[in-house]
Amino acid sequence: MHMLLKESPNEEKLLLGNEAIARGAMEAGVAFTAAYPGTPSSEIALQFFQISRESDLYFEYSANEKVALEVAAGAAMCGLRTMVTMKHVGVNVAADALITLAYTGVNGALVLVAADDPFMFSSQNEQDTRWYGKLSGLPILEPSTVAEAKEMTTYAFDLSESLKLPVILRTTTRINHSSGMVVFGPLRKRVTRGSFEKNPMSYVCIPAVSRDLHPKLLEKMARAAAMADESPWNRIEGDGPWGIVCNGVSYGYVSDAIKELGAADRFRVLRVGFSHPFPEKLTHRFLEMCEKVLVAEEGEPYLQEAVSSCAQGFGMMLPIHGKGEGLFSKLYEFDPTTVKRVIAAYFNLPFTLPASIRIDDLPEVPARPPNLCPGCPHRAAYVAVREVFGDEAIYPTDIGCYTLGLLPPLRMGDFLIAMGAGIGTAGGFARATGRKVVAFIGDSTFFHSGLSPLASAVYNNHDFMVVVLDNGTTGMTGHQPHPGVDLRHLNLERTPVSIEAAVKGLGVQKVLTVNPFKYRKTVEAVRELARHRGVSVLIAAAPCPLYERTLPHYRKRRPFQVNAAKCRDHKVCVSKAACPAFFVAEGKVGIDADRCTGCTFCAQICPENAILPAADKEVAR
Amino acid sequence: MTTKRIMIVAVGGQGNILAARIVGEAAAAAGITPRMSEFHGMAQRGGVVESMVLLGDGVGYCIADGEADILLGFEPSETIRAAKKCGAHSVIITNTAPQPPFTVATGQSRYPDIDSAMAKLAGRVNRLIALDATSLALRAGSSLSLNMVMLGALAGSGATDVAPDRFRAAMKNKTKAAFAGINLEAFDLGARAAGQG
Repeated sequence: MHMLLKESPNEEKLLLGNEAIARGAMEAGVAFTAAYPGTPSSEIALQFFQISRESDLYFEYSANEKVALEVAAGAAMCGLRTMVTMKHVGVNVAADALITLAYTGVNGALVLVAADDPFMFSSQNEQDTRWYGKLSGLPILEPSTVAEAKEMTTYAFDLSESLKLPVILRTTTRINHSSGMVVFGPLRKRVTRGSFEKNPMSYVCIPAVSRDLHPKLLEKMARAAAMADESPWNRIEGDGPWGIVCNGVSYGYVSDAIKELGAADRFRVLRVGFSHPFPEKLTHRFLEMCEKVLVAEEGEPYLQEAVSSCAQGFGMMLPIHGKGEGLFSKLYEFDPTTVKRVIAAYFNLPFTLPASIRIDDLPEVPARPPNLCPGCPHRAAYVAVREVFGDEAIYPTDIGCYTLGLLPPLRMGDFLIAMGAGIGTAGGFARATGRKVVAFIGDSTFFHSGLSPLASAVYNNHDFMVVVLDNGTTGMTGHQPHPGVDLRHLNLERTPVSIEAAVKGLGVQKVLTVNPFKYRKTVEAVRELARHRGVSVLIAAAPCPLYERTLPHYRKRRPFQVNAAKCRDHKVCVSKAACPAFFVAEGKVGIDADRCTGCTFCAQICPENAILPAADKEVAR
Repeated sequence: MTTKRIMIVAVGGQGNILAARIVGEAAAAAGITPRMSEFHGMAQRGGVVESMVLLGDGVGYCIADGEADILLGFEPSETIRAAKKCGAHSVIITNTAPQPPFTVATGQSRYPDIDSAMAKLAGRVNRLIALDATSLALRAGSSLSLNMVMLGALAGSGATDVAPDRFRAAMKNKTKAAFAGINLEAFDLGARAAGQG
C-alpha cells in the first residue's frame, strides 16, 4: 500500500515537502487531481499517479497546466475536492483560465500548487507567483516548513470550499525539496462522484454575467481578508520593539537568526502564511508595537509593499524596509548568513560572518555541466542538423532535456524563452532575416504548447523547419507520460495521439519521420526538408535511453569499443558527438563499456569505421 | 544552540539522496529532529548532487558557507568544490577516488591534484578523514554501495550524536533486502576506515 494511503494517525514520518503536500491533500479527501510535471513540483503529481493506481483517486497528466486546471475546474464545479500542481511558469500557462475561474468560483474545492524556484535551480526565470493573488483575487497560502506544508494543504481545501474559490498554495524549491518530520492525521473519505446544477447566468462568463460576478469576487475577497486577519497561519511571535515580517522559508532563517544573534527578546516577528488577501488589521496591531520594521522575503517586495501600504493607510510613519542596497535582494535564494547579516545591519547588532576556511589557494575544480546522456537520441539528431546547416541556420529551441544541446560541441540552441516558443519565434526569425531557421521541440512540449504555433505558421506561410525530438516521454522531469505515450505496459489504457498525424492534420505539407540513430538517412531527410519552402517538420523518433530501460521490451545492447589499430585519432567522435561514454587516455579515445548504450551513433560518424561492437570478453570485463 | 549541520556532496548516481535520507531516519530514531534539503542538478545527466542535513534545534533547511559541522564528500573534487561550507571547527570525511567530469575525460579541462588539496584542507579543519571509499565499496561487493561506505565513515567518525546501530537499522529499512549483506559490509568497512566500528 502506498505510504500516503495508510491511515497511521499520529505516526510521525520523515517526508519530502512534496510528499507532505500530497498527504495533506489525501487527508483533505482530495478526489480529483491533475498536473503537468515541472521542477520543483513534480513529486506531488508522482504521489497522486501512484495512489491513483491503487485507489479511486482520479489523477491525470494533462497536456499542459491550463488543461490540468480546466479539467480540475470542471470536476470542482460538480462539487469534488480537486488539486492541480505545477511549477511557477506553469501558472502563466494556466492563468487565462485561472483568472476568470475566480469569477465563477467553484462548488467543491480547487487547490492550485504553484511551486516557485528562487535561484532557478531548474527554471528559466524566478518569477514570484504571489502577484497572481492580486491579479486574480484568489487566496494564497505559503508554508514555512514541511510539516506546515501538509497542515496548510489540508486547510487549503476547507478554505476553498468555504469561500467557493480556488486557493493557491505557493511553495518554493526549499520547501518542495526539503524533508522534515510530519505527523499523519486521519484520512478523510473521498467523494469521487459529483453533480452539476446548470446555472448559466452564474457560470457563463459573458460580459453581462461577469459584471455580476466581479462584485461577488470582491465580496469573497473581503471575507477572505477577514479570515486572513484571524488566521492562525498569520501569527505574531515575541514582544520586542523591533519588527520583522516574513513568509515561507524566510521565517525559518529569521527565527534561527534572531536566536543566534542572541537578541530574540528584542524582536517581534509577524509570520505571514495566509498572504493574500493581506491581513491588514493584524499587521496594523503588529506595527503599533514596533519601532521599526524589516521585511524578510525572497523574490519580489510583495509583503513589503503590503506592509508599507497598510502603515500608510493607518497614518503610521515608522520605518519599513526590506529590499534595497545593503538589505535584501530580489535575486536568488536567501541563506542563513544573508538573513542574519541583514537583520544585524538593519537593527545595529554586532555580527561576525561565520568564518569559512581559506579556499583561494585550492586547485580549481572543473565544472560538472549536465550533459545529454550516453545513447541520447537528441545528440544524434542535433549532429545531423548541424551537418547540413552548420552555423548558418538560426536554432530557436525549447524546454526539456534537449535544451542541453546548447552546450558545445553541439551548440544547437540560439533562443529559448518558454514552452512552445521555439516554433512561435521561428516565424519571426525567418521573416526578419530571410535565413534558414530550424526550431527544436520535444514531444511532451509539442503537445503542451507546440500545436497552435505550428497551425499559425502553416496558415501564415512561414518558412522554417521544425524538428520534433520525440524520445517517447517527458525526459527532464522524470519520465512522465504525455498524450503520445502508450502505457499498456503499466496496464493503463490510454489513447496515444500520433505526432505525425497531428502535424499532418495541422496542414504541414512536408513531414518526414526518421530514427535519428540512422545517421545518413537522417541527414538525407534534413537535406530534403531544407529544399522545401514553407513549414516542414522532421520527427526524430527514438526512445530516451533512461526511460527505455524501464520498458518491458528493453534488451541491453552490446556496447561499442574503439579498435586501436583502425583509429587514426581524428577524434571526430569526441569533437562532434561528445558522448559522455568517451574518454581520452594517453591521447587515444576509448569508450566506457559501462556507460555505452550501444546506440551505434558514433560508429556511423567515425571516418575510419574504427568504432565496433565490443567482443564478448570485453563486455564481461 | 545544538544543531549539527551535515553537508553531503556527490556526483549524480552515487546515492547521495538515499544516504541523506538514512542519516535523517537514523537521527529521528535517536530522537533528534532532522531537517534536510536536496538539490539534484539534473543528477541523472552527470551533474552535482547536494544534500543538507540539519540535526537538532532550528527551523531553516539550509547550511551557509562556513557553517557545516561535517562535510561528507563522495568524490574528492566535489569535496574541494564544497570546502567553503567548512570552518575551522568542521570535520571533512571524503572519498579519495576521483570520478572526473566528462570534460576531463575528453581533455577539455584538467582534474585537480587531490593529494595536495587534501593536505591543505587537513590543516585548516578540525579533522579530515580520507578513505578510498570506491575500493571499499568494490571490496564489499558492489560499486553501488559507495554511499553505504560513506555512511559507515560518518557513523564511525563519531562526528554525529547518532550511534552506528541507528544507521544500520535505517539502512535496513531504506534499502533493498537483496543488497542488505553488501550494504552492511560496505558500512562496516567505511566505519573501520574512519576509525571506529
